[in-house]
Amino acid sequence: MKETKLGEFEEVILLLVGILGEEDAYSFKITKEFKDQTGRSVSIGAVHSTLSRMEDKGFLTSEMGKATSERGGRRKRIYSITAYGRRTLEMSRDFKISLWKQFPQFGFEFDGLKFS
Amino acid sequence: MLKELLKKEKKIPPKLANRFLHWFLRDDLAEEVEGDLEEQFLACLEDGSLFKAKLNYCYQVLNYLRPFAIRNSNLVYLNQFSMFKNYFKIGWRNLFKNKGYSFINIGGLAMGMAVAMLIGLWVYDELTFNKYHENYDQIAKVMQHTTANDQIYTGNQHPFPLSDGLKNSYSEDFKYVVSATEIQEHIITNGEKNFNELGNYMQVDGPEMLSLQMIKGHRYGLENPNSILISRSLAERLFSNEDPLNKIIKLDNRDELKITGVYQDVPKNSTFHELAFIAPWDLFLSSNPWTKPYLDKWGYDMSPVYVQLHPNAEINEVNHKIKDIINNNVGDEFYNNDQKISLHPMDKWHLYEEFSNGENIGGNIRFVWLFSLIGIFVLLLACINFMNLSTARSESRTREVGIRKAIGSLRSQLIYQFFSESILVVIFSFVIALALVTYSLPWFNEVANKGMEIPWTIPLFWMTCIGFILLTGILAGCYPAIYLSSFQAIKALKGAIRSGHLAIKSRQLLVVFQFTISVILIIGTIIVYRQIQYTKDRPVGYNRERLISVNMRTNDIHDHFEVIRNQLLASGTIVEMSESSCPLNSYCTGLGNFDWAGKDPEFLAGFSVFWTSPEYGKTIGWKLLDGRDFSREIASDQRGMVINQTAVKYMGLENPVGQTIRHDEKDWTILGVVDDLIVGSPYESVRPSIYMLAPGVSQVASFRFSPEISTQVALERIESIFKEYAQGVPFEYQFADKQYAKKFNNEVRIGKLSSVFSILAILISCLGLLGLSSFTAEKRTKEIGIRKVLGASTITLWKLLSKEFIILVILSCIIAIPFVLYFSGKWLENYEYRTNIPWWIFAYASLGAVLITLLTISYQAVKAALMNPVKSLRSE
Repeated sequence: MKETKLGEFEEVILLLVGILGEEDAYSFKITKEFKDQTGRSVSIGAVHSTLSRMEDKGFLTSEMGKATSERGGRRKRIYSITAYGRRTLEMSRDFKISLWKQFPQFGFEFDGLKFS
Repeated sequence: MLKELLKKEKKIPPKLANRFLHWFLRDDLAEEVEGDLEEQFLACLEDGSLFKAKLNYCYQVLNYLRPFAIRNSNLVYLNQFSMFKNYFKIGWRNLFKNKGYSFINIGGLAMGMAVAMLIGLWVYDELTFNKYHENYDQIAKVMQHTTANDQIYTGNQHPFPLSDGLKNSYSEDFKYVVSATEIQEHIITNGEKNFNELGNYMQVDGPEMLSLQMIKGHRYGLENPNSILISRSLAERLFSNEDPLNKIIKLDNRDELKITGVYQDVPKNSTFHELAFIAPWDLFLSSNPWTKPYLDKWGYDMSPVYVQLHPNAEINEVNHKIKDIINNNVGDEFYNNDQKISLHPMDKWHLYEEFSNGENIGGNIRFVWLFSLIGIFVLLLACINFMNLSTARSESRTREVGIRKAIGSLRSQLIYQFFSESILVVIFSFVIALALVTYSLPWFNEVANKGMEIPWTIPLFWMTCIGFILLTGILAGCYPAIYLSSFQAIKALKGAIRSGHLAIKSRQLLVVFQFTISVILIIGTIIVYRQIQYTKDRPVGYNRERLISVNMRTNDIHDHFEVIRNQLLASGTIVEMSESSCPLNSYCTGLGNFDWAGKDPEFLAGFSVFWTSPEYGKTIGWKLLDGRDFSREIASDQRGMVINQTAVKYMGLENPVGQTIRHDEKDWTILGVVDDLIVGSPYESVRPSIYMLAPGVSQVASFRFSPEISTQVALERIESIFKEYAQGVPFEYQFADKQYAKKFNNEVRIGKLSSVFSILAILISCLGLLGLSSFTAEKRTKEIGIRKVLGASTITLWKLLSKEFIILVILSCIIAIPFVLYFSGKWLENYEYRTNIPWWIFAYASLGAVLITLLTISYQAVKAALMNPVKSLRSE
């Protein structure tokens, strides 16, 4: 049985894959972006392992990009979110919002906010 | 361009890390990962130093050590199981194809393993001696080292106050201090039943210290002086099925004691295994009133003392603290020697029991080493057989190896194959060896005087067995496995491989090794038996025939001595009877404080003293060399003494008879001198001894039967007289000749064991030789055929085939001689009275070895030589 739960780190990575888009969603860039966005340093290996795990779960697909003159002509593996991955992300977000709404002190502050 | 630039400045990722990455990384990930890492490296380089970038690179590489990224081993495993099945099948077929060789292989190996297992059990038993007692690592025996005449004598008898002294002064070190008597025979009586049983008296803590397993009652059952603890087997004999607890039994026909506990019999590999009962120490003191004056005297050695240390006490420190306790307390009683004490830990009692000059010099551990060595060697012999035969037979399997290699067997697979074959044989042999051990264990137990069992239920035993199988299998199989698998496929298929010079040389070397060990064992055994025979032939100094002795534990016989003697003499049952303080087979009293004319005042003289009745000499038949024997008629003989020849030399007397000796403030006259009697060990020199007339009760009665009546009748008559005068005392007697023979038990045991082992060793070696010679004969069938056609006689052929092996065996004999000389010389040094090692032993043993070899190989040689050349040349 494959685990289909979305962990915190996985969720962030998944979001980053979406943000970076078709050109830049490969291990090195995602790692860099993760550091820039969160300020937490993480190794490429850790990110790569998470990516391949999420690929196994079906949240991501990947394919090799085209060879460029960069990095000695080596190709990159570009990741993109699947529909299932997107739905899981949304469910995760909705779940959290519903939790926030039940949270007594801060619930009202989020009332006016809109999420798309 | 950028890359070239980088290269110039050596700004490339660390090579080692990169190689490491490639080594473990899955091939399909290599491209992307390397790309990512390089990008990272460059990014890092822009931010900071080259060193930092390199460090970061290494860090990133290490972080790829994750399950998803690591490659699987590049060998794809097929179904190995079926391959192994095939190996076993081929191995099995090979066994059955060559029944003779298989028999030799399996039989030889089984014998070797059985010997190794028996010896292993024996060594285990020896090493676990006394470990039955839970606190064996904290229990110790107090030893006393006395310096006299510049020699240190070590003993375990101590003055009575020592135990309380230790207890009171060093209570922080000792948990228990227990005085006990030596284990001796006593009479135990329950109503009509009476037995002579071995037991001792102990202080209250004794049973707790020895952690006896109580079946009934408790360990502190000795608190009341009228109580007794008995062993389970004794309880069964005394009461069969009744509950023995709180029953009253009689000890030595005198003390009525209540049974307060029954303990499980102590197993045979414990110093206390004979203990059938334990009586309270206080009872010993109260029923032996002679002990009273010595209770507070530090100058008289009386009884053993055992201690148990506290768990945190360190034995060396305690030794240091207590060593002078006797010296400090003895005051100026008449002994003025240096008497140090030390503790001898329980786990050393059995294997390191000998002391020389105050130092522990080992003991039985020698035999543990000796027999372990023999066991290992016999096993090695059997393994060598296996190796020899397998390599010799390898030539007939070269084709198989060639085909396997051609089909694609890896060398490692061939090695597996031969190992699995040898393990198959070893498992076979192991099963047979196990059966052999099971059947021979009772015999072995009897010879070795042990109570060993095969520990079927102990997992350690099975683990050892499996380890043993693997070890033997690998040991026996490694040479063929490595040698056979090294053949080149093409050559093997062409049949171009002949076992080379090296293989033949190594085979010869192994044969020499085997026979050297066998010859060493054989000569060693001959020397052991020679030593025994030599000592048995030593003149004993008295007549052992028709002589019995009876230990007297009550005064009944002594009180009616005259009546009994007259009755037995009148009925013609005996020639003579007498009493003595010591049995014929041990020195039991040693006394000092003797003075005579011409004695060096510095000399501390000590003699073994025997108190006897006047007819003692006549009863045992000693040989008077000078002077006269005691006489009943001469009243002054009460102050006379008879001494042995050694004593004359010891005292340095010219004309001993008639001289006066001062002892105990009284004068004694030497009446006669007798030839030395062997009382102690026949391997030691006789101690200077003095015989005096007994003033009081004696311990042993001796009877010499009249030659006119049968022993049976004489025994019956004496028993009926015993029943008449000593009621409730079991009549138990010992024949002097049997008693004497017991002195050889240890050596006879070694002799028996080593003869069995050496016979097995030579048998195994011969089996190997038989296989090897039949193999050579087979190999040379054609050659022999041609020689016969050309006119060679059978004798010539026989010589041709035997010569090679005979030379090897003679060589082994020569190699064996220095080893034997060294080891047997060492062994004989243990004996004061010892035989020499004459040259003819070597000649005979070598001759024997050559003869056995000839017999073994002649069968094959003659068979080959008698073969019809037409047949042998036509084959193929």
